[in-house]
Amino acid sequence: MSLTDVRLTRSEEPKHAPPPRAKFWLYRFDTKTVPYLLIAPFFILFAIFGLFPIIFNGVVALRHWRLDDPTLTGWAGMENFTKLASDTDFWDALVNTFGIFILSTVPQLLIALMLANLLNRKLRGATFWRIGVLLPYVTPVAASTLVFAVFFSRDYGMANWLLSLVGFGEEQPLDWRATTWSSWIAIATMVNWKWIGYNALLYLSAMQAIPKDVYEAAAVDGAGPWRQLWRITVPMIQPVVLFTVILSTIGGLQLFNEPMLFDENPALANGGYDHQWRTIAQLIYKVGWRDLNLGYAAAMSWALFLIILIVAAINALATRRLGGGK
Amino acid sequence: MSTRLLSRAPQDTPGTWKSYLGLFAILAVSAFPVYWMFVIATSTDDAVMKSPPSVIPGDQLMVNLREVFTLQDVYFTASLINSLIVSLAVTASTLFFCSLAGFAFAKLRFKGNNVLMFVVILTLTVPNQLGVVALYILMGKLGWNGQLIAVIAPGLVSAFGVFYMRQFIGHAIPDELVEAARIDGALTLRIYWTVVVPAIRPALAVLGLLTFVATWNDFQWPLITLNGTDFPTSMVALSDLASGNYVIYRRVLAGAFVATVPLIVLLLIGGRQLVRGIMEGALK
Repeated sequence: MSLTDVRLTRSEEPKHAPPPRAKFWLYRFDTKTVPYLLIAPFFILFAIFGLFPIIFNGVVALRHWRLDDPTLTGWAGMENFTKLASDTDFWDALVNTFGIFILSTVPQLLIALMLANLLNRKLRGATFWRIGVLLPYVTPVAASTLVFAVFFSRDYGMANWLLSLVGFGEEQPLDWRATTWSSWIAIATMVNWKWIGYNALLYLSAMQAIPKDVYEAAAVDGAGPWRQLWRITVPMIQPVVLFTVILSTIGGLQLFNEPMLFDENPALANGGYDHQWRTIAQLIYKVGWRDLNLGYAAAMSWALFLIILIVAAINALATRRLGGGK
Repeated sequence: MSTRLLSRAPQDTPGTWKSYLGLFAILAVSAFPVYWMFVIATSTDDAVMKSPPSVIPGDQLMVNLREVFTLQDVYFTASLINSLIVSLAVTASTLFFCSLAGFAFAKLRFKGNNVLMFVVILTLTVPNQLGVVALYILMGKLGWNGQLIAVIAPGLVSAFGVFYMRQFIGHAIPDELVEAARIDGALTLRIYWTVVVPAIRPALAVLGLLTFVATWNDFQWPLITLNGTDFPTSMVALSDLASGNYVIYRRVLAGAFVATVPLIVLLLIGGRQLVRGIMEGALK
């Protein structure tokens, strides 16, 4: 590790030292070519398994590509996309995706901000609290969603029991899966639960990078803790807020695991008996691997990609305006 | 009084009982679903149908586990091994390739260094989940669908890993150290092995933990490519457990608990590193 170690290894080398000319070529190779060899694995593997599928997805979207009927091939032109435009399943899924996205992103980031503010104190056992809030992050989403699936069941579910404590739904317990709104809330709860701690740590890290004299200067105005948070801390960590908004947009609009496993029979990829909580990612799975129509599923992926780009851009602009625009 | 306190930065202000209460409440909510998973996993069938709900573990854990592990068509034991194979392979490969590339980007001079690094950062923004249809077709052409290699291959490298390693190596290793080793005649790979690797162990631990957790928990792509085969990962096996017309929750949650335990162990061992990794990632 240290310089001496390196020297020691060198002293063994001259025994089989190559002749000067070969050494020169070896040196040239080592400084000119080896750097590219070191970065090559990343670029090659990414090109094959990351970039190529995204581009090839565009080709598939323009073709007939059915798993159940391999003979039906050839160019479909815009057929898949025109079908998409009038497919109520797609538009319903889009509405569901956005509904769950808003219900999960807004509370998630706000509570994460509060939690980060709590963590950003001189605390006993600071590390313990920070590790503790990561428990949902490491818990497999498949496992936690199955717990929540029981938690939100109509009969004997713990959510309904909690509601009955405050006198709600005693005669007729809420059937969380039956109505659109309640199913969205249940799924958003799972997403919030998982990501609040993670986002809080992102905010905390930015909060701790704020120079302390900023607070000293502002104390002269007599700012209370609440004002301190909203007037100093939040504007100062705006870049990270922007980062989390974009991350949540990308993740939230591709939501798949929670809606999938919330179903009483996940294998069907229904998203409720009336598809009231079926998201786009789930619909893509259903069209591709239940209906076996890969061409159409690819077209949906492209549409979703486009939507994510637009929404991420809008959110980025909005966050920038909220934070630093004044 | 309040003015005196607030002239301090929040991180110098001691937590009040209210902050501790708030933290405790959030921690309790965070831990409860995992705890309750354990409660149901150790109980009989009627535990899920109690009002008020049961919150005390029962003594049926072994019974439930035996059922899960001996179920036909779910391959639960194999699925845990598969998850371990996939996660270890992906983690080892990510650590190796990303630290190599990070080293090259941070410490070696070559044409296009900056442009290529910019390309790496660009690829970070590509939501690769959107290529699943084409990835499935590609794996079909390769004949890999339904095999673990189909899950391992797309995870072998990560743009975040390259970026993270480049940042860390840039800060942790002085240029002089690399130069000195080179003047001494060490070749690039030797410098990587004797100078870089020993100095970046903390970063390897962080990236390794993040990668392992993400890979173990991955669900969508493994479901697509492995569903219905004899080689599911544990997440796919869990979804099989929960599918069907009649679901036995104590069994499902016993399986879920088993699949969660390795990650809780990781959190206990490497929690510090995980926290640091996430917090450092935020500042990039």
